[in-house]
Amino acid sequence: MSEAVRAEAPTASRPAIAEVRESKMRTRHVDLWYGAKQALFDVDLDINANEVTALIGPSGCGKSTYLRCLNRMNDTIDICRTEGDIRLDGEDIYDRSVDVVELRARVGMVFQKPNPFPKSIYDNVAYGPRIHGLVGTKAELDALVEESLTRAALWGEVKDRLADPGNGLSGGQQQRLCIARAIAVGPEVILMDEPCSALDPIATAHIEELIDDLKREFTIVIVTHSMQQAARVSQRTAFFHLGKLIEVGETDDIFTSPQQQMTQDYITGRFG
Amino acid sequence: MTREHIVQSFDVAIDELVNTIAELGGLAEAQVAGALAALTQRDMAAADQVRTTDARLDALEEKVDQMAVRLFALRQPMGVDLRLIAMSLKISNDLERIGDYASSIAKRAKRLVGEPSVQATASLGRMGHLVQDMLSDVVDAYVERDVRKGMSVWHRDAEVDDFYDSLFREIITYVLEDPRTTSACIDLLFIAKNLERIGDHATNIAERLHYVVHGDRINRARSETA
Ligand SMILES: Nc1ncnc2c1ncn2[C@@H]1O[C@H](COP(=O)(O)OP(=O)(O)O)[C@@H](O)[C@H]1O
Ligand SMILES: [Mg+2]
Repeated sequence: MSEAVRAEAPTASRPAIAEVRESKMRTRHVDLWYGAKQALFDVDLDINANEVTALIGPSGCGKSTYLRCLNRMNDTIDICRTEGDIRLDGEDIYDRSVDVVELRARVGMVFQKPNPFPKSIYDNVAYGPRIHGLVGTKAELDALVEESLTRAALWGEVKDRLADPGNGLSGGQQQRLCIARAIAVGPEVILMDEPCSALDPIATAHIEELIDDLKREFTIVIVTHSMQQAARVSQRTAFFHLGKLIEVGETDDIFTSPQQQMTQDYITGRFG
Repeated sequence: MTREHIVQSFDVAIDELVNTIAELGGLAEAQVAGALAALTQRDMAAADQVRTTDARLDALEEKVDQMAVRLFALRQPMGVDLRLIAMSLKISNDLERIGDYASSIAKRAKRLVGEPSVQATASLGRMGHLVQDMLSDVVDAYVERDVRKGMSVWHRDAEVDDFYDSLFREIITYVLEDPRTTSACIDLLFIAKNLERIGDHATNIAERLHYVVHGDRINRARSETA
């Protein structure tokens, strides 16, 4: 009955929003194995530019594994084998000609536990630009460090103690330092794997505010175990289960009216 | 709503919410029935009963508000739970409004006892029964999560609108024929309008039920074009 009613609604002219958006990364038929154990199955997913895409799903469903495919971080795991097509701006990132170090500068990563180097706040941020040869003079480097810390919403809190050790900061500040470090090398995409799970609610709020800001310049993919966080920070949400992408859509739709029963059961806390 | 939550107390709280709305729905039905008895059978005891019961509907609506707000805060509901809890706020408001209309009909019914009787009262009774059935069906549909039944209520709203239009013309005719009935006819016109509004709220509840179950809205254009 509802179908008949719905058919009366004007639907013709409005194009689907997804068609209008530009996709920054595109993955097709991604399969991944750790040794003999398959961890990802035929994942097709588009990551839209200047948006936050959230990956959600129960522990062990492959969120981190998928995230690590996007900057070939899985290459560092010997037993890991990846198949399928993963593109950044249309370029195959697994192509033999790709320089992995350069790729990881373009597709930066922030981890669950803040992991500043055992160096000063300044050097944590300056490290990447130095090894990538991004700046010539000390003045340029100073400017880049300040700019990166400012964009990571940390400058005001650390500008008077740049020489202090990075790991002397609070957890939330350390995480923003790691974000500044990722930003400093001029990435296009930032991957974040549960960046707030070790933080208190206030520090979490700071990071969420920052993510919202950063998406104007960067494309962000975030893994989070908090559905409320996914709902707050992302524009698109992808739900994974047992290594498969079950459903992806506008975040508002996924959390109010998901299409798949499995998604519904997960987001409403009815799982397994 | 097939599977249970991992956290059982969430299921218990949702059941309580739905049961409170069912209780409110039952009361609203009784109020409308009482108002119609007052109107068609000049049952003044029923009219008084409706007037005094109204406060209980207000109290239940407030109880639903409190339960829903608490669930939002504690559970941060998602998906079908979010829709159910959000719509419970609106449905309880629909039912409370229905109660207000019943109360208003009862008040006018009391006044009509002192007036010359008008033919239109019988037609109003028929319109009243149509609306009463819609209300009772939509409350059942809500409790049973039966969208099909809800949609049958939704479709009947056009009938109520037609009934109202013809009653309006009928009552105006009586005024023109016998101006001494003017005062009574004004009350009857208001009663007809109240019944039409009760039908609208029953229809709203059917729409909300559709949203709770399916997550999308039904096109409202029908009511404008009908
Ligand atoms: N380095 C690894 N070696 C072997 N198996 C792994 C490794 N990393 C993850 N896995 C396995 O792959 C699956 C997906 O893990 P992961 O991507 O970490 O899930 P999530 O991030 O969703 O919790 C799990 O079964 C996990 O045990
Ligand atoms: Mg993980």
